[in-house]
Amino acid sequence: MNQHSLPLFEVFIRSKRGLDHRHVGSLHAEDPAQALDYARDVYLRRSEGVSVWVVRSSDITASQESDMASFCDPMDDKPYRHATHFKLPKEVDNM
Amino acid sequence: MTEKNPLADPRLAAFEEKISNDQRIEPKDWMPDAFRKNVLRQMSQHAHSEVIGMQPEGNWITRAPTLYRKIVLLAKIQDEGGHGLYLYSAAETLGTSREEMVQALHDGKAKYASIFNYPSLTWADIGMIGWLVDGAAIVNQVSLQRTSYGPYSRAMIRICKEESFHQRQGYEATMVLARGSAEQKAMAQDSLNRWWWPSMMMFGPHDSESAHSGQSMKWKLKRESNDVLRQRFVDQTVPQAEFIGLKIPDPDLKWNEERGSYDFGEIDWDEFMQVISGNGPCNRQRLQHSIRAQEDGQWVRDAMHAYELKRQAREVA
Repeated sequence: MNQHSLPLFEVFIRSKRGLDHRHVGSLHAEDPAQALDYARDVYLRRSEGVSVWVVRSSDITASQESDMASFCDPMDDKPYRHATHFKLPKEVDNM
Repeated sequence: MTEKNPLADPRLAAFEEKISNDQRIEPKDWMPDAFRKNVLRQMSQHAHSEVIGMQPEGNWITRAPTLYRKIVLLAKIQDEGGHGLYLYSAAETLGTSREEMVQALHDGKAKYASIFNYPSLTWADIGMIGWLVDGAAIVNQVSLQRTSYGPYSRAMIRICKEESFHQRQGYEATMVLARGSAEQKAMAQDSLNRWWWPSMMMFGPHDSESAHSGQSMKWKLKRESNDVLRQRFVDQTVPQAEFIGLKIPDPDLKWNEERGSYDFGEIDWDEFMQVISGNGPCNRQRLQHSIRAQEDGQWVRDAMHAYELKRQAREVA
């Protein structure tokens, strides 16, 4: 087999109006237009969605889970950012 | 660094902790080489099975008895191609390319499910493949939805959603034959006689004989053993056969009240070994066809690539 590797695309589908696009998988294609055709053929055979995005995988910049501790402070020392931190009287507690 | 002693490598300890906490391993996580090799072997074998599995069914597209059966069969085969793609994509997250995997298949270095080395001789075989072969595959795949490698698990969840249609259409097609004329019923029974044992073999060797099982279970790549899955398949399939009046070709098959399961006879392991080592009825034909399909499509890929290069050059200019 004598063939160059086609670029990889990630596929995102909006399952219905009002919902987010969600990552569903990936595929290889020459260009975005072809990736969109392939995504339709592979991921949309049973009305799985109303909209598709394809994104070149190489255009995605990702964080590393192992670096999260230094990259992103979860702010666990700031419990007042959560609604449950504030104790209210039972009479108004459904706020 | 040795992988034997967890204390010697903190990455291994972190890996094993994820496994024991039932967390998924994701592509960029550190993993032992043996884990990487094992999951890659399993996924590539699974992907190749989906794609090679299109051949025995494709054999009947032009001869399907009605237009309805033909469009159903086409839709099913198209699904199988899609399942191959899901699995190849999942396997590629481990750093191997699609080209390398297909090349390994065509060089005879990578395996696929040995069941597809049996021929589809009659129309009844199409129903039987859906009912038994997809039925056995579903038992395995439902269990694999919880496999420890994240991309594999997600591919399995997607596949299982679609696979149920495959088994149901197969059982329904078989049911129509079993309730048809005497000849049609005989054709269905003949097909069951030929596909039953190869379907039983799909679960692989006994747990005690399986080369990769122990380690795969420890890593939670496999969640249930070959023999447990095979028993589940028997227990669910026997009543289905009885319901449509077909007889499973196993004289030792009988209900075991104590176990709450069916006892069944021994698989012909010599036949199993023959087929997986390349000497089944259709091994050579399946590979040759796959190679030819790859070669015949080359001009399409070349044309698309030439067009892409031209488009890029125009953009630059």
